[in-house]
Amino acid sequence: MADNAEILSGLSEIVEEVAGIDAGDVSAEKSFVDDLDIDSLSMVEIAVQAEDKFGVKIPDEQLAELKTVGDAVDYIAKNQ
Amino acid sequence: MSARLTLPAAVPGARILGVGSYQPEKILTNDDLAKRVDTNDQWIRERVGIVERRVAAEDELLVDMAAEAGRSAVKDAGLTPADVDTVIVATCTMRYPIPNAAAQTAEKIGVSAPGAFDLNAACAGFSYGMGAGADLIRAGSARTVLVIGAEKLTDWLDWDDRSTCIIFADGAGAAVLGPAPDAESVGVGPVAWGSAGDLSSMIEIREHNQALAQEGQSVFRWATTKIAPVALRAVELAGLTPADIDVLIPHQANLRIVESVAKRLRAKGAREDMVVADDIIHSGNTSSASIPLALDHMRADGRVRSGDVALLVGFGAGLSYAAQVVVCP
Repeated sequence: MADNAEILSGLSEIVEEVAGIDAGDVSAEKSFVDDLDIDSLSMVEIAVQAEDKFGVKIPDEQLAELKTVGDAVDYIAKNQ
Repeated sequence: MSARLTLPAAVPGARILGVGSYQPEKILTNDDLAKRVDTNDQWIRERVGIVERRVAAEDELLVDMAAEAGRSAVKDAGLTPADVDTVIVATCTMRYPIPNAAAQTAEKIGVSAPGAFDLNAACAGFSYGMGAGADLIRAGSARTVLVIGAEKLTDWLDWDDRSTCIIFADGAGAAVLGPAPDAESVGVGPVAWGSAGDLSSMIEIREHNQALAQEGQSVFRWATTKIAPVALRAVELAGLTPADIDVLIPHQANLRIVESVAKRLRAKGAREDMVVADDIIHSGNTSSASIPLALDHMRADGRVRSGDVALLVGFGAGLSYAAQVVVCP
């Protein structure tokens, strides 16, 4: 089980790989859409990779609720 | 005592003898669509990868497009319509289910009394048709099969639905299959196919407006996770490895799906210099026609050469999927 810091770090790497955003620019308070300019299809790719990495399920309905990086970290922490 | 039935002699397999395609004249640009629905050129390019698409005229029928594509494939094969004995039209957009498209298409081309049937596996239709056609030849049931993917998707669009009207388009593509004289010249590999009927509502024509609707995000997730494994299975069934693939031609659903499938195949050993079809940019998503359209266009512009090993991967409504390795004529 990864702790929140590990999840944030792992998620940042995924965001960098999928969206080409420097992992160092990804932090908990950033909004995926408004701050990081990540579109809905890239969000799906991030979710798929996060599922593999952290052993969680992130359905499309849930994905829409994850507005910030912190929301995603919390969701993964609770559901892993 | 039961009668003993005679079967024709089997042949080693099938190969592609010729390829052809047809697109309507009218071009619809992203800017044209932006005048009608709330969208813009940049959004469409980024999300879907389409710059322009072709739209059939009101009086231009699906079977007209199918016949044009079929005729050009027969010509490319160096044959005449009289040489064809079986016509398969993969389509999901006939205005009415009766009569079928294949018999009318054959008549328009001038193929006399062929076995003719339609096949509906939506965007996977061409790969299903190639699989069926190649096996008919291998079993000795047919000798020369014309496989056509033809769609008039614009008959089934809600032009106020910006999630679909920007994506789908019209066109037709075709391949002529014939028997391979020996095992070394077999040019159509075994088909890897399947379906997921539990997900059928993801892409469907809705009752209330008779228009195509799809859950874009869910389809994207399905396609980017489930299709590369199907493609890899087709490679394995053909006795090859991903590094043997010269050309990847996935159904042109969305450029980002195409790129994702290519990326996953490269992670499994496909070459960096593998040519990847991007025909959607100028053709849009033409469902069953997209793979043969891409193949024909890439042969014309020299990106695909005779003898290249191509991996065809169809996937879409049903949900249905099918893939096979072919040797380009």
